[in-house]
Formats: sequence, structure tokens, C-alpha cells
Amino acid sequence: MDDLEEVYTNIIMEHSISTKNKYNLIEKDKEEHGHNPSCGDDITLEIKFDGNIIKDLSYAGYGCTISQGSASIMIDLLKGKSKEEAIKLIDIFLKMVNGEDVEEAELNMLGDAKYLKNITKMPARIKCASLAWETMRKMME
Amino acid sequence: MAYFFKRDFPLLIQNNIAYLDSAATTQKPMQVINAISEYYKNANANPHRGAYKLSLESTKVYDEARKKIAKFINAKRENQIVFTRNATESLNLIAYSYGLNNLGSKDKIVLSIMEHHSNLVPWQYVSRKTGSTLEYMYINKTGEITDEEIDSKIVEGTKIVGITHVSNVLGTINPIEKIIKKAHSVGAISIVDASQSVPHMKIDVQKLDADFLVFSGHKMLAPLGIGALYAKSELLEKMKPFLFGGDMIEYVYEQNATFAEVPTKYEAGTQNVEGAVGLSAAIDYLNNIGMDFSENNEIKYSEEVKKCKTLKGMEVVQAIEKELTMYALEELQKLAFVTIYGPGGTENTEIFSASNNVRSAGWNNIENSQAGVISFNVNGVHPHDVASVLDSENVCIRSGNHCAQPLLRFMGLESTCRVSFYIYNTKEDVDRLIDALYKTKKLFAKWIR
Repeated sequence: MDDLEEVYTNIIMEHSISTKNKYNLIEKDKEEHGHNPSCGDDITLEIKFDGNIIKDLSYAGYGCTISQGSASIMIDLLKGKSKEEAIKLIDIFLKMVNGEDVEEAELNMLGDAKYLKNITKMPARIKCASLAWETMRKMME
Repeated sequence: MAYFFKRDFPLLIQNNIAYLDSAATTQKPMQVINAISEYYKNANANPHRGAYKLSLESTKVYDEARKKIAKFINAKRENQIVFTRNATESLNLIAYSYGLNNLGSKDKIVLSIMEHHSNLVPWQYVSRKTGSTLEYMYINKTGEITDEEIDSKIVEGTKIVGITHVSNVLGTINPIEKIIKKAHSVGAISIVDASQSVPHMKIDVQKLDADFLVFSGHKMLAPLGIGALYAKSELLEKMKPFLFGGDMIEYVYEQNATFAEVPTKYEAGTQNVEGAVGLSAAIDYLNNIGMDFSENNEIKYSEEVKKCKTLKGMEVVQAIEKELTMYALEELQKLAFVTIYGPGGTENTEIFSASNNVRSAGWNNIENSQAGVISFNVNGVHPHDVASVLDSENVCIRSGNHCAQPLLRFMGLESTCRVSFYIYNTKEDVDRLIDALYKTKKLFAKWIR
């Protein structure tokens, strides 16, 4: 398998064309906009809380396979989590895609998102993979 | 074809890449790299400063570079050339020194929708500061500005017309002579962004009658961080300085100062002599290009290129790029999964609809309306994904909005893939591009949205 296939996995491909997390929420508490000006990727996250729990989360926008797929995977992971859990998972993910050391146990907490680790082999695309996560991190602040 | 130019470019030889992003920046030949290295070994000092021989030497090479640029674009006088960092800085100089001081609320700035952000965002600022109106000349479906559009937008009250000579997205060669003439007829001045034309074709600023013309060195084999502004002398004399500080002054008192003569008045601070020397060497390289048709050259030449035997310098550059562009358009056109934009694009049904591989009569016109820049998309695949797959095959292309968001928005696009050529490119590079596009299609076949 070459680097290309390790990045463009079935998981990321499926998520990138899936619309299950790509829609506008009917009721939302907050939204956050994220943008990569150099490449044009543009994403808006919408969130609905139930107390401290992320009850619903969706994204809208446009971009490449990596940015769209990563957004969808993130939503699957974070829906139903508490705010604190979400922040912790986002920080692990961002550490991972930026090539920092992450423990095996932490990686496993990321579920499907851990397969995005291979993005480190394609440095030009790291910002695509992290766009949704950075935007979510901002929304949690 | 033209394979032997590649041998002058160490980066291309050592990396075996198909470098198709020269509209962004070009690779540098040994001749330029050596000239910079020689400058630091033999002539480095602060120009215009010291009273010692070395500083005089540095001043001399700096002034010689200015002379060479003036001659290259046929400026009447060498002091019509101002050194800047790049085209962007040149355009900001014009916006600040001319725009802010000469426009009022009744005036109009007219730009083409094809402008790079560098010839667009400064004018938004000027428009806001002066209360002047900002309007655009739009393009038709083949990426060209029609005569009617020129005549209906450049009207009485227009004070500034900004136009890119060659679109950095579509490769469209704009009718700048016509646009400049029209601008003058309503009393406006013209600003030509020649970043994508000076490196690729013979430019004569006197014949064009351009008021301002700007370009960057790094897009024409020279180092990063050196560019130029050409302007008519009366404008340079009249305008206020852009940046203030060392070297651009005559006398400095506690409360005021007088300024140096043109062009020094516009060159504050210690200048990029290394860059000027590199640009000078790049111009020498371009001027001295000739064609080599010797038997032992493995490359097969087309009849068109063989005609270039009598050509020299920029004529050769243009001939090579024309052949590469037409070859690439022809090959891309064969790919049903690719949409091409611009004069040679898929929309240009006059040229391509007749039959798949046969050129129709309109084809020959494309040669004169499209320079060596082609934008396209692989249907259903995002340009960044295309660029990554191509990168895995060592084919370097640009993907994104190419610093021209208003143009892409006008065309209803978010981003495109872009290839662009220079003298070191070969038909083999185009073949590698096409093969890599097939690979892209294969990888994404199952996942096309």
C-alpha cells in the first residue's frame, strides 16, 4: 500500500460522500465557521446541547475528501459525549495529525478517526484533516 | 522538445519531477544561482552608502540590473524602473502613492474580474478611502473580455483601469492595447499586471503605451523577493513616495525632509541587490536562449518548433510554451472526465464539439488567446485531492482559488486544478500529467459524488 492508499482509505472515502452528518440542525445552540483561506475549504458546524452533553452536531460547507470526511468522522465520535470529553478527544486528534507522540490507549479512544494518523505522510493535507476539529475546539471555548 | 533547457535547472534534474506550477514561481537555472553566489563572493556591500570600492561595486551591479530590465521591456529611460519586492508591492505603491492622492468620490476604478487579489484588494482600500466606485469588466463563457464589455465599463469618470495581461487562472491573453487605448480616451490611467506575461512574451511598454506595468522576478527564473514597477516618467515625478526612510531622502531636518530623485525616491532602506543581480542574470538567460536541433538531441521536434531555428530569446520561450499549451489542451480534451476552463476550454464548443480528436478551424485562434496556463477540474473530485494524487506521481500542480476568489465565484466554482508551463517543461511532463489524471480517476471512480 502506498501513502496515497493509506490516506484515502475506504473509511475516509465513505464519510466524504456520506450526507448523514451533513445538514442544518433545526434547533441549535451555537454554530462556528471554519475556513482555510489558502485552499478554500469552508465548513460550518452546528451544535445542540442537552445540559453538558452534545445532543446533536452537524456540518455544512464544501471542501476536499479529507476535510469533508474528517468532519463526518468527528461528528460520529463526538455526538453524545460531554463537553469535557469532546475537548479531550479533539486535543488527542490534533496532537496525532500534527505528528506528536500519542499513546496507544489514547489513539483507540478516537475510534475511526485514528485512521487519519496517516495524514502525517501527506503534510500538505494536515490542515484539511484538522479543519473541522480546530473549528469544533473553537466552538467549545 | 526543448529537453536541453531542463539540464540548466538542478532542482528539476535531481528530483525527477514534472514541475507544472511556474505561474506560481519558476525554478532557477545554474546561471542565476551562480550569479547570486558570485555577488556575495565578490561584490557584496551596502549600495549607495560607503565611499569605498566595494560599495561602489555593489551600486554598479544594482544600477546595471535596472538598465537591463529597462531594456528588456523597452522602457525609454532606466529611471522608469523602480525595484520592489514583487508585483504585489508594486501595485500597493501605485494604490498608495497614486490612487489615494488622485481619486475622489465622483471617480471610478475599473478592474477586470480576472485580477489576482494583488491588483484587487489594494483598490478596494483606495475605493473605500476616497469614496470612489469600484467596477468590474466581466468575462464571457470562454473566459474573455468582449469589446462591448470594455466599451460599456470604461466610460467618462473612470480614472483608473487595472488589467492583468494574462490571467493567472485561465491563461487568457487580454487585449491590453485596446483596453489601454480606451482608458486613455476617457482620461483614465492604465495599470497592467504583467506578472504572467513579462516572463513569457516580448513586452514593449512604449508600444503598449502603459502608464504603469508591474511584474515579479521569481516568476521569471529570478530569486524570490525582487520585483519591478515601470511607470511613465511624469507619473513618477509627480507621485508622493510610498515608503520613507534611508536612501530615499535628500536633506533631512528635525521636522521635515526632501526626497531623492526618481527612482531612488521610491526605494527606501537597503535594497535587495542579490535579487537585482539574480533578475539581471535571469534576463541574460532568457535573452540568450537559442534552439539546438543537433542530431544527438534525443528529442523529437515538431515542424512548428523547428521553424524557431531563426528565433531567439523570448520568441523561443513563446514558441515552446505555445506548443506545450496546445499539446496539453489537446490531450486534456481527450479525457471525458475532465472539464477545462478558459479560451481553450470545454465550454468553447466551437473548437471541440465537432469531433473528438480533430481540431476545428477555431483551434488556431486559441494559440493567440491563451498563454501557458490551463485550469481544469476532474469531474466529481476536489482539486486538492487531484493535486495529492498527482504529487504521489511527482507531478506538481496548483489547486485552489489561485488568489482570484472573485473570478472563481463569478464562474460558479470553488476551486480548480491549474497547470502552467515554462521553458524547462517538455511534452513528457504533459504525458506524466495525463497518466496521473487517469490514476486519479481510477482511485476515485467508486467514490464520485
